[in-house]
Amino acid sequence: MGYQVSIEETKGGIFRGMSQDILNRVKKVTVEELGVKEEEVQETSSFTEDLGADSLDVVELVMAFEDEFGIDIPDEEVGEIKTVGDAVTYISKKLG
Amino acid sequence: MSSRPVPSGRVVVTGIGAVTPLATGVDNFWPKLLAGENGVSRVTLLDPSEYATQIAAEVKDFNAEDWLDKKEARRLDRFISFAVASATMAMKDSGIVLTDELREDFGVLIGSGIGGLTFMGEQHRRQVEHGPGKVSPFLVPFMIPDMASGYTSIVHGLKGPNTCTVTACATGANAIGDAYHIVKRGDATAMLAGGTEAPICEIGLAAFSAARAMSTRNDDPAHASRPFDKERDGFVMAEGSAVLVLEDYNHAIARGAKIYGEIVGYGMSGDAYHFTQPHPEGDGAIRAMKMAFRTAGITPAEIGYINAHGTSTYYNDKGETQAIKQVFGDLAYKVPISSTKSMIGHTLGASGAIEALICLLAMKEGKLPPTINYEVPDPECDLDYIPNVMREAQVEYSLSNSFGFGGHNVTLILKRL
Repeated sequence: MGYQVSIEETKGGIFRGMSQDILNRVKKVTVEELGVKEEEVQETSSFTEDLGADSLDVVELVMAFEDEFGIDIPDEEVGEIKTVGDAVTYISKKLG
Repeated sequence: MSSRPVPSGRVVVTGIGAVTPLATGVDNFWPKLLAGENGVSRVTLLDPSEYATQIAAEVKDFNAEDWLDKKEARRLDRFISFAVASATMAMKDSGIVLTDELREDFGVLIGSGIGGLTFMGEQHRRQVEHGPGKVSPFLVPFMIPDMASGYTSIVHGLKGPNTCTVTACATGANAIGDAYHIVKRGDATAMLAGGTEAPICEIGLAAFSAARAMSTRNDDPAHASRPFDKERDGFVMAEGSAVLVLEDYNHAIARGAKIYGEIVGYGMSGDAYHFTQPHPEGDGAIRAMKMAFRTAGITPAEIGYINAHGTSTYYNDKGETQAIKQVFGDLAYKVPISSTKSMIGHTLGASGAIEALICLLAMKEGKLPPTINYEVPDPECDLDYIPNVMREAQVEYSLSNSFGFGGHNVTLILKRL
């Protein structure tokens, strides 16, 4: 039991570490693509409502995430990515 | 209802802005032009080693972030950034205060011969290498030549007539001429008018090299653009833009505007001859000049300066010289002519606008810029090309020629006020 918990804790730690890395890279791409300041980009920031992205910006941003993480984001799933946090969750899931 | 003054049917220039290979900004550019400085060097925007032509006149001091917000500065194609910069300079220079009412009477007509060729080339590479899903959503807006006008109107909030000319190397002159008509007939109180071009990219250099129109004097770029000289071997590709504020005369007077000059004549014709070669006897050029004189209501004797198209190609310079002789008769040997492309290179769709701006400043300041690199006289080009050194002269009227692939010929006549 104790053994299992420690495994879970370790996994959680790795996950948090990976998640932090994804968050940093999502922020970096967002700053580059949308020309916003780093401090403006929070996990809760909405790309369209808070960071000034229009529909074309979102398409380009999603392509930049695809390039950054080497993943494919199908059009029908783009709607899941509304905030920086959504992007981190989505990308984490994709990377397994 | 607008409370603007009754349109006068006269159109004056009240603001100017330019981005050129000699300098960004008219105040920086003009002294260099009069001094006969060369803007041509080995290409740096790409590695030109494999190209037949390895030289061009690049804009060297342009920082898009000086004119655009960071996001747009990073991604816009250069031809749009140049246009916005020139337009912003011209607006500021004009001192016009925009009201909601004036915005609706203020249009934009900035042409581009090619549009966003650099962006198109990059995105085509992405499609080939990574598939159609990787093409930028901005390819369409950044590629289409009309986006220079469209985006400039967004930046400045100008809601009047908004359109674009695309007539190769006659584009800038056509833009000014067409905008002149729009203001003259009262469809707008003012127009931002001009041309912009940024063709120095892989596909651009390859394409114009293939057309065999460019100089290959790669070992001596400073002497490559040599209009009317016997040893000329083609034009030198350049990038840049110029935008003028065209304004109804009554409106300009009512607000006490500084006036650079008046647009008084606009002639156009088609060669109906060849894709890229001008008519050998300058038939279309002759008719464009004649139409400009007809619309201006003046005669060749009144012209004190010609800014020639003068590309430094064998056919253009020979044909244009013949055309000037046909239109001016014996006066052709007396009127001072220069090709400022000898310094700036050929900015294609921007050239007509840059050269109209030069005519206005030449008249206003009484200083005619030279044709540099004029060393070996050509018996087929035997007029006064203001060789190598600028000249002081009081000029009442000047004439600017622009001729484009497709056989588009445009002549503007401008008047000092």
